[in-house]
Parts: sequence; C-alpha cells; structure tokens
Amino acid sequence: MSHPVQAAEFLQDAAKSKWHDETLWFVRDKRDKISHSVPEWEELRELASKIKDNVLGNLDTYLEDFERNATKNGIKVHWAKDAEEHNSIVLSILEEKNCKAIVKSKSILTEECHLNPYLEKRGIDVVDTDLGERIVQFLNQSPSHIVLPAIHLKKGDISKIFHEKLHTEEGNEDPTYLTQAARIHLREKFLGAKVAITGVNFGIAETGEFVVCTNEGNADMGVHLAEVHIACMGIEKIIPKREHLSVFLRLLARSATGQSITNYTSHFRSPAAGREMHIILVDNGRTAQLGRETFRNSLKCIRCGACMNTCPIYRRSGGFSYESTVPGPIGSILSPGLDLKKYSTLPFASTLCGSCTDVCPVKINIHEQLYAWRQEITKAQGTSPKSLSMMMGNGIFKSPLAYKISGTLMRAALKTLPDSLIYNPLNAYGKSRDLPQLPKESFKNWYKNNRG
Amino acid sequence: MKKLDSPHIALFIPCYVDQFYPKVGIATLELLEKLGCKVTYPQGQTCCGQPMANAGFERNTEGTTRHFIETFKEYDYVVAPSGSCVLHVKEHTPAIPELEKEQAALHHKIFELTEFITDVLKVERIDGSYPHRVGYHASCHGQRGLRLASSSELNEEPFSKAKKLLENLVGLEWVELTRTDECCGFGGTFAVTEEALSIQMGKDRLEDHLVHGAEILAGGDMSCVMHLQGIASRNKQTLQFKHIAEILNEAIS
Repeated sequence: MSHPVQAAEFLQDAAKSKWHDETLWFVRDKRDKISHSVPEWEELRELASKIKDNVLGNLDTYLEDFERNATKNGIKVHWAKDAEEHNSIVLSILEEKNCKAIVKSKSILTEECHLNPYLEKRGIDVVDTDLGERIVQFLNQSPSHIVLPAIHLKKGDISKIFHEKLHTEEGNEDPTYLTQAARIHLREKFLGAKVAITGVNFGIAETGEFVVCTNEGNADMGVHLAEVHIACMGIEKIIPKREHLSVFLRLLARSATGQSITNYTSHFRSPAAGREMHIILVDNGRTAQLGRETFRNSLKCIRCGACMNTCPIYRRSGGFSYESTVPGPIGSILSPGLDLKKYSTLPFASTLCGSCTDVCPVKINIHEQLYAWRQEITKAQGTSPKSLSMMMGNGIFKSPLAYKISGTLMRAALKTLPDSLIYNPLNAYGKSRDLPQLPKESFKNWYKNNRG
Repeated sequence: MKKLDSPHIALFIPCYVDQFYPKVGIATLELLEKLGCKVTYPQGQTCCGQPMANAGFERNTEGTTRHFIETFKEYDYVVAPSGSCVLHVKEHTPAIPELEKEQAALHHKIFELTEFITDVLKVERIDGSYPHRVGYHASCHGQRGLRLASSSELNEEPFSKAKKLLENLVGLEWVELTRTDECCGFGGTFAVTEEALSIQMGKDRLEDHLVHGAEILAGGDMSCVMHLQGIASRNKQTLQFKHIAEILNEAIS
C-alpha cells in the first residue's frame, strides 16, 4: 500500500490520530525547551555535523582502527555485508553456545535485518526487553517509532495486551501496576538468557569501545547476566574519539525526548573474565548510500527520532504508514536507497516544510534530500501520464501566449462548469475544500487595462 | 513618498495569484509604489516552474526557467508576493546554458515582498491604522527556506519580518498561536496526492487561529491561504483571509 492510503486510514480514527499528534508534539515541545536552554546548541549541532563529515570521509580508516583496538580489548569483531550475513553470524554464535533463548535490548539495526523472525524460525526464543518493544512484540508488530516503539498504542490497549499475555487484572490501566507486571515477566527472561544482544549508539575508533544509551537499564541488565554479549552496529555509528561523545551525548537525549541525558549511558570496552563480547559491523546498503553524493549525509543520523516528533505528516499518519523500519522524514530519505520502487511514495509524503532539517541535531538537510529523491524516483519511473503532463506544463509556461490561452480557458471552464463537475470524485483538491471565488479578470488583464 | 527612477523593480506575480487573486497583485504593486518604488510588471511572465519541480520533474523546467530569466534579466530587482516561488527560483531551477551569468544575478536580486521591504528598502516601521486581530500564517518556504522569521526549532533570537511591518499599525492585535510555525498542509501537489493529510493539517492550523480569536488570517503566500480558505469555507468557519500586502496597502492609505 502507498503512504497516502495508509495515512488516510490512520486519520479515520480522528480522536486517536489527534491524540497521536498531540503526544508527539508534547515531546517536540519538551525538546524545544531543553535545547533552547543550552546557549551553544546551534554550535553543538554544527560541530556534530562536521565530526560526522569527517567520519563519512574516512569511514574505512576509522572502521579499521576500531577493529584493531576492539580486538586488542578482547572483543571479537565480525563484518556483515548485509542483513543475511548479520543474522547468520548471530545464529552461529548462538549455536556454538547451544543457546535457545536470548534477550535483546532496543536495536533498530536488528529490526532492519529482521533478526527476530530469522531466529524464531530456527527455534530460538527472542525477547525484546525494552518495554515498548516488548509490547509491540506481543502484538507481532514492529516498532512504529525508533525511540518510542509503542507510541501508537494507548494505556487501554496495553492493559488489554498484558491481561492476555501476562494475566494482569482485566481493565487495570494503572501504569505502575502494568510496569511492575512487565518487570516480573522480564526478570525471569533476563535470568534465563545465556546470550544478550544490544544495539550500539556510538563506536569509538580510538579506544575500540562502544556506547549504548537506554532509559530502562534493560541493556545492562541483559548483558551483565549473560555469558555472551553480541552488539550489532551499523558501520556509520563510528566516531573518531572518546571526547566526541561530549558533543553527541549532549545532543542525543535532548533531541530524542527532551531529557538532558539518557538514564543509562553504558560504555563497553572488554569482556569480563570468562565472558565473551562480540560486535558485528553491518553494511546492509550503507556503503551504497555513502557513494551517492546527494544522499550520503543521511548517514550522519544518530537515530534520535526528533524529525519524527516534529513532522506534521508523521504525527498525523503514524509510523506504520511508512512501511519501512525507519519511518518519518529520515526513513523517507534512507529507505529509497534500499528499494526505490517499494518506497517510491515516501519522499512525496512531505510538504517540504523543512522542520525536520531544523530540528536535526546533526544538521542533515532532510527536506532537500526528499526533494532530490523525488527527482530520482520520477526518472526511474520513466514516461507516465504524469510526466507527459509535466512536459506539457513546461510547454505552456515557456510561452506567454500559451499561458494566457490556457489560463483564460481554465477560468472560463471554472466559471461555466456546474459544481457537480468541478467537485467530482476525480478532483481530490475539491473533495473537502472549496475553490476560491473566481475574480472577473486576471491580474495580467487588469494591468494591461489599467497600467499597460 | 517620492518615486525614484532607479532602481527599477520588476513585479513577479505567481500564476495562481494572477489567475485567482488579482487583488493581491494590485495591492503588492500599489504598496511598493507607496513606498517610493518604480515598479513594472513584465507582461510576458508566466510561472516559475515550482509545481513541476516539486513533483519530481525539475529536469523538465528548462524552458520555463529560461523564459523566466529572459523576462526578468533587465531589471535591478524582482519582487514577488510569495516566499515559495522566490525560494523555488533561487534553489530549484535547473542551470540554464548560456544564461549562467544572468541566472546567478537573478538569484541575488529576487526577493519576497516583506524581505524586500525590510532588507532592501530598509523600512524600519510602517505607520497606518488597521484595527483588527490578525493571526499570521508563516508559510514554510518563506519561514525556513528564506528565513523570513526565526524558526521554532532553532535556538536563535526571535524575529519576524512580517511582524516587524505589521506591529506598528494602530489597532492591530498580533494573535499568538500555540504552534507558531507548523505547516498548513498545502504543499503543492501534496494537497492532492496526500489529500486526507493535507485537509487534516489545514483544519488543525485553522483551529489554532480560531481558538486564539483571530479575526483575519494573513499570510505571505496565497497558496497556503487559498488552501486554508477553501477548508474554512467548506466548513462554514467565519474567518477572513488576506495577503499581508493587502493589509499594508490598506493600512497606509
């Protein structure tokens, strides 16, 4: 299905879509307040963007530095060119450990690689331990937002799911009660897992360490109890030095949720005695995106989700309307690089309002890339009725006479046609909007008669 | 004010303003003349090509762009009552062979109306009377594209070129909105391709103005205003709609 169809469906439930819009606007508002309280905010954004420029220009070197230093620290480093290779590396580690149940903290990369279904098909029990992710996992859904995975669900929905899955009291919507139930349920899973998987927010080339940011502490709980920690990292998550964290950590949580910092910022450098630590460096289309000059700086993204919270489209259409792992504005410039045809409506799911670009903590020119993807998509689509009408448009607008004639014809037609023809089902513009009242003459005519 | 012979200003009236809102074109012309400008409307002008480019067909706008440059190259300045079309001309037109110099010059001499008044004419205040409660719709392309006002996402000193021109009018009450610069959902072809979203966004913008007691919704881009007006009209909401040029022109006289 295309984005417009999905969006229209989401809007059918007017009360819920309004709630969704207002909830995310509240998050954006919190982000505004806290970012406006940091006087050097715009300098931080600029600095972060430039550090990422340097990273993208020297990615090969930094990755090799990272591998060398991480290996020295006792971490086992793996390279995966795509999702399939990533998944099979995870599976081979699990098989070696004879592990049948794992816990996983939030990782959009493993969603991108569809790790859960891959492992489940092979008889492995995967438990997402982030509360929001666990909720959507119960429903067999994917996250609808990269930071707030269950933002499309309300308390009542969650109460129902927990009643069914965790046998909580029917109708009890008290958040503390529901969280406590989740805590008890997850504790058992944490204790039973030999292997824990996490994502990575930052990999540091200089030291070979990596950093994971969470609010619930679930990543730490998982890895500290398990014998083996597998961290999955997209290759663009590298930063050169540890000191650069001081820039990115100040931007990340403020942009994401309006907090000054995430509750847990965990640094992993080497495995504890008798334990194992693995990191899988995943490409999965990133090198191809790096090669596209117009679109390469989409790889600067630190996955804060601020562009989703600010996007007037996302807030009113929900994350699922994008049908891609990363939804919203950033998803709409990343996904076409993975599958141009499948995601062809996403760059058009925007008014090019530019709010995403201004909110982005690493200054990705998101709305300009949306515009640029539109040009690529129409080129790939070849000749169509739409492209022919565009060529006709150019024919009209390059000739003053043709413009005058077509303008006069349009105005005459609008004046004489009955409303039933103007507001027909084919005219989407007029479905819920009136056209302006037609003036008796165009400006051009007025000027000619009065000033010409 | 005394009219100067130079600089010579060309008026660029976007195609939908030409066809649907001639009064906005007239107000723009009269306002600039009241501010002492020598203004001509080059009659061969058509459209800037934005609808095609935003739909993904920038490559098909060469003829339109060439014609635009030819039409306006002789003038000292080009002024339009639209932030969106000006942004398009500056950022989204294809490079035209053999007109490179003229095209580069055009990008520096084309201005949206309010920025032309505040930045080129250096008008610090406009005196006049306009006793109404005005809600201002900051259209995105002018707002975040041309930076006609501070952006709520950025940590910067608040400013608004439109507000600067309106705030000294006697009796005018500037209506503060909850979401100061959220998009109205027009977006050109977006209004048709994403019809449901476009309408919802428009309704939400209107609500913000109505709830804060706006009597007139004003804007710098008639495309957004036309969209909002169309929704208000369909839903029988009583709100007047004006271009800022109409307000300023009316207030001065």
